[in-house]
Amino acid sequence: MIEIKGLTKKYGSFTALDNLNLTLHEGTVFGFVGANGAGKSTTFLIMSTLLEATSGDVIIDGVNVREKPAAVRRLIGYMPDFFGVYDQLKADEYLDFYGASYGIPVEERRKLIPQLLELVNLTHKRYSYVDLLSRGMKQRLCLARSLIHDPKVLILDEPASGLDPRARVEMRDILKTLKKMGKTILISSHILPELAEMCDEIGVIDNGRLIAHGSVPEIQAKLQGEKVITVKVPIDAVSRALSFFEEQPHVSTIEMLETGDGITFKYLGNEVSQISLLQQAVKKEIPIVSFMEHVTNLEDVFMEITKGAE
Amino acid sequence: MKLMGTNPVLFKELKLRFRSFKSFNGMLFFLLAMCVFVFGYIFMTVTVSGTSYFRPSESFVLFAFLSYIQLGLVLFTAPGLTAGTISSEREKQTLPILLTTSQSSFQIISGKLLSSVAFLLFLILAGMPVYSLVFLFGGISPWDFIRIFLFLFVILLAFGSIGVMFSTLIRKTVVSMIATYGTMLFLSVVTGFLFIITMQMKMMNQTGTVVTPSYIGHFLASINPGVLFASFLSPGVRGMVEEMTKVDFPIWIGFLLFYGVITIIAILIAVKKLRVNTKRQK
Repeated sequence: MIEIKGLTKKYGSFTALDNLNLTLHEGTVFGFVGANGAGKSTTFLIMSTLLEATSGDVIIDGVNVREKPAAVRRLIGYMPDFFGVYDQLKADEYLDFYGASYGIPVEERRKLIPQLLELVNLTHKRYSYVDLLSRGMKQRLCLARSLIHDPKVLILDEPASGLDPRARVEMRDILKTLKKMGKTILISSHILPELAEMCDEIGVIDNGRLIAHGSVPEIQAKLQGEKVITVKVPIDAVSRALSFFEEQPHVSTIEMLETGDGITFKYLGNEVSQISLLQQAVKKEIPIVSFMEHVTNLEDVFMEITKGAE
Repeated sequence: MKLMGTNPVLFKELKLRFRSFKSFNGMLFFLLAMCVFVFGYIFMTVTVSGTSYFRPSESFVLFAFLSYIQLGLVLFTAPGLTAGTISSEREKQTLPILLTTSQSSFQIISGKLLSSVAFLLFLILAGMPVYSLVFLFGGISPWDFIRIFLFLFVILLAFGSIGVMFSTLIRKTVVSMIATYGTMLFLSVVTGFLFIITMQMKMMNQTGTVVTPSYIGHFLASINPGVLFASFLSPGVRGMVEEMTKVDFPIWIGFLLFYGVITIIAILIAVKKLRVNTKRQK
């Protein structure tokens, strides 16, 4: 459905995108993760025909963005990270204008607008002036706007930015509905746990380069080559635990907890060897209160992958 | 081109423009000013002359004044209405969304331009009843009237196109306004001065009985809206320009050609520059 090949964008000597390659299948929800200025919005702008690439190609549903931008515009629904609204238009007029902009006949627009407003929970605001809507409502209206021509691909740049927690949840629910509808969705966000919940695939971009791409568990597993394990024991058994775990294979960087009631270490083994490690500790009569693997979430992954990049 | 019949930007712009209080107030004050001027002029003339009637020659003077007021209105309002059409969309962050729709660049530019033109035309048409008072007193033919309005429309379209072009090329509305007003002042004022200077130099350099035509002088006179209007209101002006420049070519044709070309070029540049050219590389 989407193929990005060697996409590069340079502004003078600054490289905003550096040979980006990515393939996404139909119906995929792809989360684009990266710090500010990493290249997420640049990628989306090129895909949306709003920016010219220095080199490389983007092919959406078999159509090359560089060669047939007008055809691509029919295929995509784009929601920018920052956008304005026409303050003198009402919500239904706003959607009607964009519907007309895609050449949708009046009768069809009349049927579509209530459906879209219902989808984004704005039916009660149909006759309200757009400028008077809250930020969250404007975001949802903009999402409805991007859906008016029933695009195959949705490109959503930070759709939840600046929203309060409730509005974020509402936006997330709408996106889940769109996912069920089979849309191919590209979404960038800083709210990483939210991406983890709704995305099939994640791409981590840093300094214009895609440094990780895969499913959420795959990306987490990449980092979990070296797990961090915390073992809590009674204070009087800490030295025994320390000497036991120090001798075990795959264990490194062992340290006593600041609270003094346990130890923490890095472990390179797999799940089976981890079970055996715990069994041996119990056999050696080390009084273990808890044996915890530190769960790496997407936020940790992101921080780990992008560390040192600055 | 499929959507040429219905231009969503044009309809949206008209809706937004006519909904705002700013437009209503602008129209109200313009009509009030027109009424004060027309009725004030009639009252003053009748009072000063001590007669109870208004002569056709005085009616013609009033018509000439009103024509120049309309010209001033067009020259000063068209840049203001059009110089922010695209740049303000960019500033309000509504442009990227508009550019990802299926509308062609020509549709967007023409919609923006025509909505501004329509508003100004509406303003001029709203002043018609007051303007038409000159017919009551004679001295003006309907052709004079129609000719003035046709050329006002040409000027409006040309300066509107220039405004839209600068608005597309320049990111900031303020800078775009300055560029458009600068162009307007150059074409409507500076060309007049340049014409006078050219004629003075021609006279100074003239030796003997050999008279060479001044094409530059004629061109400068042709593109100046003030000179064109003067030639309409006083046919002697046309003869004077031809006598001074020694070029026997109607000013109005030169004017139409120049502003026609300017309009087309400005619209083409705006259409070309509105969206990025994705086909450029490779």
